[in-house]
Amino acid sequence: MKRGFTIFALLTAVLLSYALYQALEVAPTERTMGDVQRIFYYHVPSAWTAFLLFFTNFVASVAYLIRRNPKADALALVTAEVGVVFCTVVLVTGPLWARPVWGIWWTWDVRLTSTLVLWLIYVSYLMLRRFSSSGQTPVLAAALAVFGALDVPLVYFSIWYFRTQHPQPVIGGGGSIAPQMLHVLLINWLAFLCFAVLICWSRYRLERLRQELEEVQAL
Amino acid sequence: MNFLYAAYAATWIIHITYLTILVRRYSRLRKDIEELGKK
Amino acid sequence: MSLTRATLVKDLRLEWRSKDAINSMLFFALLVVVIFSFSFDPTAEESRQIAGGLVWVAFLFAAVVALNQTWARELRNQVLDAYRVSPAPANALFLAKAFGNFIFVSVLEALMTPLFIVFYNLRALGPAYQLPMVAIAGTWAIVVNGTFFAAMSLRTRSREIMLPLLLFPISIPALLAMVEATTAILTGEVSAKFWIVLLVAYDVVFTTGCLLLFETVLHAE
Repeated sequence: MKRGFTIFALLTAVLLSYALYQALEVAPTERTMGDVQRIFYYHVPSAWTAFLLFFTNFVASVAYLIRRNPKADALALVTAEVGVVFCTVVLVTGPLWARPVWGIWWTWDVRLTSTLVLWLIYVSYLMLRRFSSSGQTPVLAAALAVFGALDVPLVYFSIWYFRTQHPQPVIGGGGSIAPQMLHVLLINWLAFLCFAVLICWSRYRLERLRQELEEVQAL
Repeated sequence: MNFLYAAYAATWIIHITYLTILVRRYSRLRKDIEELGKK
Repeated sequence: MSLTRATLVKDLRLEWRSKDAINSMLFFALLVVVIFSFSFDPTAEESRQIAGGLVWVAFLFAAVVALNQTWARELRNQVLDAYRVSPAPANALFLAKAFGNFIFVSVLEALMTPLFIVFYNLRALGPAYQLPMVAIAGTWAIVVNGTFFAAMSLRTRSREIMLPLLLFPISIPALLAMVEATTAILTGEVSAKFWIVLLVAYDVVFTTGCLLLFETVLHAE
């Protein structure tokens, strides 16, 4: 297990470096936005990874509600935490991209705003986990996760309609993407996905250890 | 151009901060386990 | 159903006799309206644009104050433990609490609205009959989730701050809808239909969710 982890870690490091090189050097420069557009190669993969992690959290939470398996609870906590980290990256890189391109830090761009709400929901999830007494935490957190998941389509629709009424610049632009750019995007996504799995793996082991310690201490 | 490097730097700062927090939590947990083992 | 009604009637009667919560909430509501009026002193034209947002933020804060009271009394008298061991369906309790809160918050809104109309010289340029629809659907959206999260926050540390921390993020689509619908009706510029439909959809989704999960949350220990 330990060796597999180390090998995977090295592989991920190599992949991330390669992806960085691709993003900064190999990818073609965008016509209208220039080099700033390269933020895209970090912004979008982080978003997709965060969404994947949050989806995993939802599945783990439902699994916990059905089976009450502490492993499912650990997975839920881990994916929520790491998801928030990646989500934070999206919310920081977004405005850093918008400012030079549009001159404004924030726009009620559908995707960025939905990501903000998602971030808020999951931060509230982490707060609940921190503040509730440990007997109840897994069940309450799982219930909140289900509510969060139910909210997601409503969040997206409400903001989408809000935006069609108050049109604003779109971060990342609409429309199709050049094949060379798509190639770089996917490499970066793969790299960050591996990185996320790596972090989740270690965090999961840490959490299971903590769970066992708590059990022993309760005796 | 500066915004590009700021964005990439910010990404890694965020990740490294989280990993540092994890490492610290892990060492604290290890210490707790050792203390429990001694008792 | 009769258990729901019995619990609801009991709550309302208790409230009416003590008038604790209602009095403090009323005064709080009045203060909120006055402070907002000092902070945002617009002309009649501008006020129609922002009143939607102001009114609902004020209602939201008043609702949080009311919701925090919800379970406090139950907790004091350990009634909750009695409910847990009784064979009565948990949902009856939930609905009673939710309806009770809905009535309290609606009373608050009914009292704050004339004040807002006066301070902001409000007049609906759009179809005013839609406003009660927005009010009912919107209030229920806040109250149903608020009652649920208040129950979840019961045994957490910092219980009173936990409720808004959990409620606000999840309520964002509903809040957006309430504010936009109210603004649309006041300014008469666009149709509020989409927002009203969204509010109703939100209500259906989360009422179902609360009813499905309340029993689990009640027994979480």
